[in-house]
Amino acid sequence: MTEPTDRSIITDSVGVSVAVGLYGVSFGAIATSSGLSIVQACTLSLLVFTGASQFAFVGVIAAGGSALTGALTAVLLGSRNMFYGIALAPRLELSRGQRAAAAHLVIDESTAMAVTRTTRRHARLGFFWTGLGVFTLWNLSTLIGAVAGKTLGDPRTYGLDAAVGAAFLGLLWPRLQTRMGRVVALIGAGVATGLIPVTAAGAPIIIGGAVAVGLGLLWHTDTPSEGAEA
Amino acid sequence: MSAVWVGIVLSAAGCFALKLTGLSVPERVLTHRLTLRVSDLIPVGLLGALIAVQVFADGTQIVVDARLFALAVATGLLALRVPFLPMVIVSAASAALVRLL
Repeated sequence: MTEPTDRSIITDSVGVSVAVGLYGVSFGAIATSSGLSIVQACTLSLLVFTGASQFAFVGVIAAGGSALTGALTAVLLGSRNMFYGIALAPRLELSRGQRAAAAHLVIDESTAMAVTRTTRRHARLGFFWTGLGVFTLWNLSTLIGAVAGKTLGDPRTYGLDAAVGAAFLGLLWPRLQTRMGRVVALIGAGVATGLIPVTAAGAPIIIGGAVAVGLGLLWHTDTPSEGAEA
Repeated sequence: MSAVWVGIVLSAAGCFALKLTGLSVPERVLTHRLTLRVSDLIPVGLLGALIAVQVFADGTQIVVDARLFALAVATGLLALRVPFLPMVIVSAASAALVRLL
C-alpha cells in the first residue's frame, strides 16, 4: 500500500462526502412526508447533523410519538459520536476554541477518514475535508429532498413510509455481522412490536431499545478476557 | 407544531453536547469497559426497535402491509451489497408497486 498524500486524502474525503451527502435527499423527503415542514427538516440537518439521530427523530414523529420521545431517541443514538470524539482528540490535537468549532463535524464518516491517519496533518485533513464536505452536501440535499417530499403528495403512493424502515436497516446492517448484534437487534424489534398495542406511540422504541441493551449486557460469551460483571 | 421545534432544539443541543464532550474529556473517564459496551449496544437495540415500529405500527395497532415486503426487499439488496441510496429507493418503490397491484 502506498503512503497517502495530502492530495489523495482530500480526494478520498470529497468522494465520501458526495456519496454520503446524497443520503440527505432521502432524509429530506422522509422528513417532510412525515409531517415536518421544509424549514424543520433543514434545521435538523444544520443543527443536529448526525444522520441516524435525524432519521430517528423523524421516525418517532411519523409513528405518532411525541417530540420529546423523538429527541430522547435522537440523543441516545448520538451517544456514539462522543466515543468518536475520544478517538479523535489525540489525533487532531485541537485547542479549546478549535474543539468547540470542530465538535459539530464529529460524525461517522469524518471519524473514519481521520482515525486511520498516522500524522496530525493527515488526520486533520481527513477530518475537516470530510466533515465540511458532508456538511455542505448533506444540507443541500436535505433541502432538495424536503422540497420533493412536500410536492409529491401522499407519501404512501411512493412507498416513502416504507423507505424509513429500509434506511434504518441500512444504518443497522454493519452491526448485524456478529451474532450478538443480530440477537440484540431482534430483541429490540420483538419487544417494541409487542408493546405497540399496549403503550403510547414512541414508547415501544425507547423501551425495546433499553431492554435489548440490558439483555445484551448480561450476555457474557463474547468477552472471554475478563470476568464480565454487568 | 411548536412541540416539534422543542424536540429539534433538544436533539441539536444533546447531540452537540455529546460530540463536544468526547473531544474534550480525558480519555480514561469515558473508556470504562461497561460504558463502552453500553455505547456499542445502544444503536443496535434502538435501531432494531425503530425498524419494528416503522414497519408494523399504525398508531397503536400492529399492521402487516407493503412496508414488511419493502423491508424484505431491503434485506435482500443489503445482502447483495447494494449501496444505501439505491437500496432505499428500490425498497420504497417495491412498496409502492405492491400497493398499486
